[in-house]
Amino acid sequence: MSQLSRDEVAHLADLARIDLDDAELDHLAPQLNVILEAVASISGVAGDDVPPTSHPVPLTNVFREDVVVPGLTAEQALSGAPEAEEQRFRVPRILGDEQ
Amino acid sequence: MSELIRKTAAELADALAAGETTSVELTQVHLDRIAAVDGDAEAGVHAFLHVDAEGALVQAAESDARRAAGETRHLLDGVPIAVKDVLTTQGLPTTCGSKILEGWVPPYDATVVRKIKAAGLPILGKTNMDEFAMGSSTEHSAYGPTRNPWDQTRIPGGSGGGSAAAVAAFEAPLALGTDTGGSIRQPGAVTGTVGVKPTYGGVSRYGLVALANSLDQVGPVTRTVLDSALLHELIGGHDPLDSTSVDVPVGAYVEAARQGATGDLSGLRVGVIKELAGDGWQPGVMQRFAETVDLLKELGAEVTEVSCPTFVHAMATYYLILPAECSSNLAKFDAMRYGLRVVPDGDPSAEAVMKATRDAGFGDEVKRRIMIGTYALSSGYYDAYYGTAQKVRTLISRDFAAAFESVDVLVSPTSPTTAFPLGEKLDDPLAMYLQDLATIPANLAGVPGISVPAGLAEEDGLPVGFQVLAPALADDRLYRVGAAVEAALTSRWGGPILAKAPTLEGGR
Repeated sequence: MSQLSRDEVAHLADLARIDLDDAELDHLAPQLNVILEAVASISGVAGDDVPPTSHPVPLTNVFREDVVVPGLTAEQALSGAPEAEEQRFRVPRILGDEQ
Repeated sequence: MSELIRKTAAELADALAAGETTSVELTQVHLDRIAAVDGDAEAGVHAFLHVDAEGALVQAAESDARRAAGETRHLLDGVPIAVKDVLTTQGLPTTCGSKILEGWVPPYDATVVRKIKAAGLPILGKTNMDEFAMGSSTEHSAYGPTRNPWDQTRIPGGSGGGSAAAVAAFEAPLALGTDTGGSIRQPGAVTGTVGVKPTYGGVSRYGLVALANSLDQVGPVTRTVLDSALLHELIGGHDPLDSTSVDVPVGAYVEAARQGATGDLSGLRVGVIKELAGDGWQPGVMQRFAETVDLLKELGAEVTEVSCPTFVHAMATYYLILPAECSSNLAKFDAMRYGLRVVPDGDPSAEAVMKATRDAGFGDEVKRRIMIGTYALSSGYYDAYYGTAQKVRTLISRDFAAAFESVDVLVSPTSPTTAFPLGEKLDDPLAMYLQDLATIPANLAGVPGISVPAGLAEEDGLPVGFQVLAPALADDRLYRVGAAVEAALTSRWGGPILAKAPTLEGGR
């Protein structure tokens, strides 16, 4: 399995929506490589005939009865919001300059 | 110090029933103990992130009023409890040990919290934890570490170090924890307490802020096996709000614990897991483990060695599956709907706010795992990492299934070492991950496990844990074996192991 370069770690941070400064990149990049090297040890342990397990118990869709039940009020739903306005979440600018 | 704090939850329930004390008194003595020994990020046990003295005393007074009127809701009605800060509590802060949720007060209760409230257990407060339950030492809490009551220069285990330390330091008779890779059992082992990871799906996960959905499980943290059984029966059962909850009746755990305490294990087939011992395991841990296995034989169990060859790959498997799931789960912390929002200068876009917020709000371990998960799930690497891990997970489940064809329970030490010094493994993630070596296979396969105190290691005088694993939905076996071991060892030591812990009198 391949080693991650510092630029690739910066790209991963971008994908994960985390701003990392140079010091954090210097600190984290070698650690990620050590971890990836360790976890790569399972490569080849399971053959192609082994089915994957995503979950320890079989999952089935659960449907609720189609009955109206009380939910959170707007006030409760917005109680932890960083900013709210007119009973809505107020968010920063969503469209970039190019849009 | 009131002697009441030394009593078990079952003894406190009896004292309440006999009218020898009140819930208000019980709650107050535990709040006093918290005030005396818990301290803060700088000194003290620091098991609690938030203490709700006022709320707990109101709930206690309500319990006393019910009892005075001849009503009780549950055997544990009036016995106080602490709750890990990863479970949502309506009206009480829930931070998951993270700055990104600092000050967040959930508008709803987790199902397990709703159940303990409905049963009348006053909630003392929320306990410290590794950020979003990522860690084996509670040093990754954004609010400062919890310290082990046995030696405050050492870790209390993780991620549920706060719950375990609160119970070990007599700040709470009961606590709730969560176990994703060992976060109830490993802290239990290093603090000399009992920790149970129930069968996956046996206890509702609704309102548990998910780390890894396919691995997380809520469970009890207590000082005795019987207390864990009492709490497990209370919080267990099907929950329509959790699609992973199994629709089967709650087992007779209390009965199993009482039966086990009689000390008869004749006919029980015990398998010692060959792969979970040997080089790298602390000699004092192995010594106590071997003694406990001999004890099982004395109690009538048939003990054999069992090989589970793929368990040696469990840690690598776990550290691919967990980051993959957590990178997805933690995407919800985006600075838009709740929690921290950091706004860079100028007129930043939502994406810039999100990035700045997640950088400021998440600690190093969370960032490490999110990025590993993002990588493992990314195009071109999915099959090599996540897909491979899911296949090895199948092999680990098969190892369990094969082993349980010949034995009733499997045993191992809970943790390879006793509590290590604070800071020792902080910059070495792999060394930290190894602490969960013995506990992780159970989470991957969804089977239940318990850690019971097995004595103190000779070289450092610190607690050692003995782990028992059972097939899925056979949690009652954990209580039977755990209670038998506990009763025999308590008799051998002349009292509970926690009686040997520092009293922490005179402050911290």
